[in-house]
Amino acid sequence: MLITSNRTYIRKKIVTVFVLCSVLMVALFGRLVYLMIWRSEHYSGLATQLHERERSIKAARGRILDINGTVIADNRTVCTVSVIHNQIEEPEEVISVLVKELDLSEEYVRKRVEKYSSIERIKSNVDKETGDRIREYDLAGVKVDEDYKRYYPYDSLGSKMLGFTGADNQGIIGLEVIYEEYLAGKAGTILTVTDARGVEVDEAGESRIEPIDGLDLHLSMDVNIQSYATQLAYQALETKEAESVSIIVMDPRDGELLAMVNVPEFDLNNPYELSQTIADETENETMTQEQLQDALNQMWRNGCINDTYEPGSTFKIITAAAGLESGAVTTGSTFHCPGYVVVENRRIRCHKAGGHGSQDFIHATMNSCNPVFVTVGLRIGIDNYYNYFKQFGLLKKTGVDLPGEAATIMHKKENIESVELATMSFGQSFQITPIQLITTASSIINGGNRITPHFGVKVTDKEGNLVEELEYPVERGVVSQETSATMREILEMVVSEGGGKNAAIEGVRIGGKTATSETLPRGSGVYISSFVGFAPADDPQVIALAIINHPKGQYYGGVIAAPIIRQLFENILPYLGIMDYNI
Amino acid sequence: MALKKKKRGQSEYFFDYSLLFIVLFLLGFGLVMIYSTSSYEAAQEYGSSTYFLQKQLFATILGLIMMIVVANIPYRFWEKFALVGYMAAMVLILLIIPFGKEANGAKRWLIIAGISLQPAEVAKLCMILFLAVVVCKMGKGIRTTKGFLLVLLMPLPVVLMVWKITSNMSSAIIIMGIAILMLFVASPDYKKFIIMALGVIAAAAVVVFVIVNMANGDGLDFRGERILAWLDPEAYADGKGFQTLQALYAIGSGGIWGKGLGQSMQKLGFIPEAQNDMIFSIICEELGLFGAVAIILMFIMLIWRLMVIANNAPDLFGALLVVGVLGHIAIQVILNIAVVTNTIPNTGISLPFISYGGSSVMFLLIEIGLVLNVAKRIQLKEM
Repeated sequence: MLITSNRTYIRKKIVTVFVLCSVLMVALFGRLVYLMIWRSEHYSGLATQLHERERSIKAARGRILDINGTVIADNRTVCTVSVIHNQIEEPEEVISVLVKELDLSEEYVRKRVEKYSSIERIKSNVDKETGDRIREYDLAGVKVDEDYKRYYPYDSLGSKMLGFTGADNQGIIGLEVIYEEYLAGKAGTILTVTDARGVEVDEAGESRIEPIDGLDLHLSMDVNIQSYATQLAYQALETKEAESVSIIVMDPRDGELLAMVNVPEFDLNNPYELSQTIADETENETMTQEQLQDALNQMWRNGCINDTYEPGSTFKIITAAAGLESGAVTTGSTFHCPGYVVVENRRIRCHKAGGHGSQDFIHATMNSCNPVFVTVGLRIGIDNYYNYFKQFGLLKKTGVDLPGEAATIMHKKENIESVELATMSFGQSFQITPIQLITTASSIINGGNRITPHFGVKVTDKEGNLVEELEYPVERGVVSQETSATMREILEMVVSEGGGKNAAIEGVRIGGKTATSETLPRGSGVYISSFVGFAPADDPQVIALAIINHPKGQYYGGVIAAPIIRQLFENILPYLGIMDYNI
Repeated sequence: MALKKKKRGQSEYFFDYSLLFIVLFLLGFGLVMIYSTSSYEAAQEYGSSTYFLQKQLFATILGLIMMIVVANIPYRFWEKFALVGYMAAMVLILLIIPFGKEANGAKRWLIIAGISLQPAEVAKLCMILFLAVVVCKMGKGIRTTKGFLLVLLMPLPVVLMVWKITSNMSSAIIIMGIAILMLFVASPDYKKFIIMALGVIAAAAVVVFVIVNMANGDGLDFRGERILAWLDPEAYADGKGFQTLQALYAIGSGGIWGKGLGQSMQKLGFIPEAQNDMIFSIICEELGLFGAVAIILMFIMLIWRLMVIANNAPDLFGALLVVGVLGHIAIQVILNIAVVTNTIPNTGISLPFISYGGSSVMFLLIEIGLVLNVAKRIQLKEM
């Protein structure tokens, strides 16, 4: 029994203990109210962040279409098949179905099905039909995700300018890189809720943010012209056993590129497989990773843009235009060619050993007479010549919408002496890209407008609604209208009566200029033959450049390059409506 | 207290059905929550979603049997075992050094006949019994400073052993807390206790202050970092603040109404072993503020019943036994909820009757059995 005297204070104390505990519990209740009402949003937000995992959904990449609307870069739906370990109900059936449908070894599939992980990829890039079939089995724990893979219906056509995409559908080279921002689109996301190990929790469901598909890119390129030019290039490559052949076809009025061929091309659908020619050259059985990458880079190189060369006689178009523009020469000026010219004790020989004798400027151009052009260059003078070089836009890049355009390799102005000037006059001792040559030639014959060469014309959505018309800078008046007209006449004469007569087509007025240059070092016996031609000569609507690198046997541009342009024009001029078939 | 007339046919003695009901409710609720909290992880780890539920159910049934047995043995019977129990608790703790089973980096368990036992739980029960006997023996001696200090010092050996040998600071704090509460009730003094409380608070404040100032330097041990993680758990999210922060995520996500029973996300491995010390956070997440309040109210009702029984106990020994049990439960509830809500620094304390843990529930039920027997001895005509 409690002793009576104790009773009162002990009871009081017990009640105190109870009250104290209750007060503390109520205080903790207050703390809970704060956490669960005021801080609820903060903590549940953080918790959601912790629980949600993002899976991205690839956006369909925009297509690339040619001028006629033919699709040249498309997407194919492919599937990725994965398994989610803890959702699998009948592992044996899953294994047997996947082995059968995906043509994989049982060991491989079993290892992945039985592996404890949140999601295990079995195979990617599976055909849509196979993916659909697997989906029809309706197996728990098997996921078939659709994905897009770039597909090029014309395989290797225009490979180096079109380019291809990588594993994440991003552009790697060519137009695919330059127009990435239009083509790429915006990836969507699937938000799923997972446990601490990253295993998806079924009941929580998922929320999607839909991807935004990429936009379609429309090119000025014409599949038909490109195909035909490719055929011609391959023909020349084989018959001349050349190292490579490039052909550029452009509209000189606005710089729209109709074709750009660099053979050998490579297969855009298998860009990481070395093409046969390269594979043959590198006979070594095994290549290091680095060597392989170098070989691939070499294969992907776009010679028209990425490489420079000494243009040779085709550059006389520029010297002639500068001479006419500066007044250093007129069409009627007469010259005498003894077969050589001496500049500062250096003897520069004409390709015609005995010399061309007496001739006017038009005939000198028709004959592609080096001594005359040296004389013209010297008359223009170092300062003036350099200024024209600059004025024609040769010192800067053309701005073509392709990646990796090489810059002009040119003497510094202070280093130019008479000898350098003399060699420059007929296209030697400096280097430019083929696209630079055709662009500069275009601006001289089109009335003096320095245009920007380009493939991209417009960007539309999937339904073809215009999103953006692509525009390019044009610099007017780089040469006068008169000089331009004179140049057209002179160059027409080159084809009708001069060194370019192999490019002549009856019934069409064609202008052009040939070139044959020996690669450095001189005397190597390795040549680059080229021809630039345009039609109609009085109102140029199409200009084409053919370059044959390192041909065997006959190597004169007028003999081997000019016929390529003739054959090209014979076929594409009627197609473009510039020439009647019946003539 | 008003005297009631004894009605004809009614038992002369009292049986506290309310207390029994509250305890059974908490046990049932605890089992439901253990299943809800542990089933996902149990299925992943052990291949059976009821792995933890089964073990806890077994311990609970065993505990209920012991409770019934103890409830039917007159509590005075235990008086003579006080010293034996005190010694036994110490021996059990010492046995941990050679035979202890390690789990989660701490050696706290003994395996006896296939049942794992936490000597710290035994020590809590034995300390309640021992101090109740000591205080009764002292009689008026408790009012002297010498008596006061004696009662204060007596639990210290056990407290230090629990702390150092089983590295279980929380249990040491609880045992000391129980002793101080029993002393508080037995002694008519208030002043000493107020000074003690203020002293403890001041010491804690100084420790926190020093640690915060040292935070820039290095050489902080893990308890120091625990204090810093308490002050700003988000800054220590990957280390000491991890568990606390995860519990706060759970509590915060619960909101007023909760996500619904079984809907917790945090139990899916985000809070490791959520069925143990952090189970209250999952209760908050699934049942919301209302569920949490209901549980707190149940505990307040439980200690209210204990208070009523203590106040009406037939003798001081019985009253002190009940006060000890009250202190044990109240301290654990308060500290557990305080830890889960990051009101105090993180230390492992389970929630009585609800957290997973066999030893804990068995010894709590033995204590309830004791209380029920004390209640039985209350003569209704005395009330």
